[in-house]
Amino acid sequence: MRLFEYEAKEAFRQAGLPLPPSGIATTPDEAAKVARELACPVVVKAQVLTGGRGKAGGIKFAKNPAETKTKAAEILKMTIHGHPVQRVLVEKRLDIQQEIYVGITIDRDRRRPVVICSTMGGVDIEQVADEHPEKIARFWTDPVLGLRDFEARQIAKNAGFEGRAMLHVAGFLLRLWQVFIKNDAELTEINPLIVTKDGTYIAADARLNVDDNSLFRHKALAERLSKGISEQTELEQRAQEHGMTYVELQGNIGIIGNGAGLVMATMDAVKYYGGSPANFLDVGGGATHDRMRNALEIVISHPDVEAVFINILGGITRCDEMARGIVDAQKTLPRQVPIVIRMIGTREKEGAEILEAANIPFLNSMDAAAKRVVEHSKEGVK
Amino acid sequence: MTILVDKTTQVLVQGITGREGQFHAQAMREYGTKIVAGTTPGKGGQEIEGMPVFDSVVEAKEQFPKINASIIFVPARFAADAATEAIDAGLQVVTVITEHIPVHDEMRFIELARRQGSYIIGPNTPGIITPGECKLGIMPAHVFKQGRVGLISRSGTLTYEVAASLTNAGFGQSTAIGLGGDPIVGMSFVNALKLFEEDKGTDATVIIGEIGGSAEEEAAAYIKKHVTKSVIAYIAGRTAPKGKRMGHAGAIVSGKTGTADGKITALRKAGATVIERPIDVDEALQKIL
Repeated sequence: MRLFEYEAKEAFRQAGLPLPPSGIATTPDEAAKVARELACPVVVKAQVLTGGRGKAGGIKFAKNPAETKTKAAEILKMTIHGHPVQRVLVEKRLDIQQEIYVGITIDRDRRRPVVICSTMGGVDIEQVADEHPEKIARFWTDPVLGLRDFEARQIAKNAGFEGRAMLHVAGFLLRLWQVFIKNDAELTEINPLIVTKDGTYIAADARLNVDDNSLFRHKALAERLSKGISEQTELEQRAQEHGMTYVELQGNIGIIGNGAGLVMATMDAVKYYGGSPANFLDVGGGATHDRMRNALEIVISHPDVEAVFINILGGITRCDEMARGIVDAQKTLPRQVPIVIRMIGTREKEGAEILEAANIPFLNSMDAAAKRVVEHSKEGVK
Repeated sequence: MTILVDKTTQVLVQGITGREGQFHAQAMREYGTKIVAGTTPGKGGQEIEGMPVFDSVVEAKEQFPKINASIIFVPARFAADAATEAIDAGLQVVTVITEHIPVHDEMRFIELARRQGSYIIGPNTPGIITPGECKLGIMPAHVFKQGRVGLISRSGTLTYEVAASLTNAGFGQSTAIGLGGDPIVGMSFVNALKLFEEDKGTDATVIIGEIGGSAEEEAAAYIKKHVTKSVIAYIAGRTAPKGKRMGHAGAIVSGKTGTADGKITALRKAGATVIERPIDVDEALQKIL
């Protein structure tokens, strides 16, 4: 899950990273009050769970409290990439001498955290990597040992920092490492890390994405998610609450399956036969009949869905459970659409009996089922 | 000949008293896997259908020194500890079925396994099966048949899909391995390709990849340099949009990396036959073998 900038900054503060003085505001008046307390000039920043807010106009400067109020009012009215702005962070504006990049993420192929450092901060780091690869220092840390002090100094040196600057940057890397470990981060970065005209080092921005699988160790974040505050859509959240993954797409065929690979292959098969998936729902391994019923309800809640393809290949998942879920769902579904079922694997016979007793047809071949659901989806369009 | 597990493999089931552990321990034993014991801390001394339960891996090994593989059904928050315990006890093959393990935990125990020389299969894997000899996993056994095709996959259910196609067409499997659907997994395509290349019982290998990461590109580079046997590849998610996680945490196209096109091109250049649908696997094999 992605954290708001102000949440990330709280985590940074706890790790001892220096930050600009700031306050959070939900109304223009509150923003003006924060600006008075901080002494202007300030910068007003939209708090949204999406990138590119700067380009979208979600970051504005203000010289005095009155201007802060106007700018905050403008930003609080905005919706950035589908995310309505509900809060702004008002921060004291810094006199910038230099902008630096430091970040830590996970390199899946090397199975290790990678620490990244560059003298070119303040811009998209991927762009720097493309255009000036020599300006980026990378270091793959041992996940058991963690980042050691001498390694942090070497990374800073490799990025081009010397003397006192090297020591300062190394200090930031080590504290950022603490943030990374303590918060089970998938990604954490400071971009830019600012050196002010009087030589102070300050984390001007903060980014922190926390591994969803670790939320049992991060109760406050789990609680925020449970209130529905996240980067996900409503249906994605509903699916997650039931332990399933839901992805929204552009077409008119709902797809349910057990196992991400199978659902992806199902999506590819639907496209192969000329159809277009509206969404994608993976019920996961060992799903119960309740989960399948919820899955159907979620998929059909998407208004574009005109036919549903359920592809079950039982392993840890049992066909009889899935069949029972489908039969249950038929009684409670908000609307009727053609459902094509393909079902084989563990407890296939028992599952077949349940479906046959309820007069629900099913197939054994994924390709035959894909063809049929595409036909249904086209009838709907007529 | 097979890779990693065979009829001599002696298996410990970690988390044997849980619902899934119990169900699959029995299913594996019925298949013919030598399940010698299980562990659940605090339940040492009990028995599950005649299989003895121990408090720890070390205690199980004291009683049954020939245990050389384990399979983990422990809940996500305790799974890293279970894996570390198995690695520490010197087990050669540690299969982690558990899904939703925090990625920081995964990085640590996978690194420990690398140092100790243990193979981690998974996490979030259906496991590994050598048909007719040893099933160390949760896969439906009836779709697999003894034979000479190696199978390596990042997806559980797709493995069954392709195995069923192979079996129906008369191509049995030497060993089938699920690598697991997480962004960080222990065994890679490259590790498994190397073992199949060395295995006299394998004539060709089928790899089932998916979008995200660059494991397939690394496999392609390895195939080009070191693999003489035929390789057939299927990549799931070629119609997936950018930036969305397609179910598996690992299945995401981010920026320029992880696309199906990039993987398909790399594999074709390395001489692999890339198929468009899982059912095309028999036709492709018939041309090769």
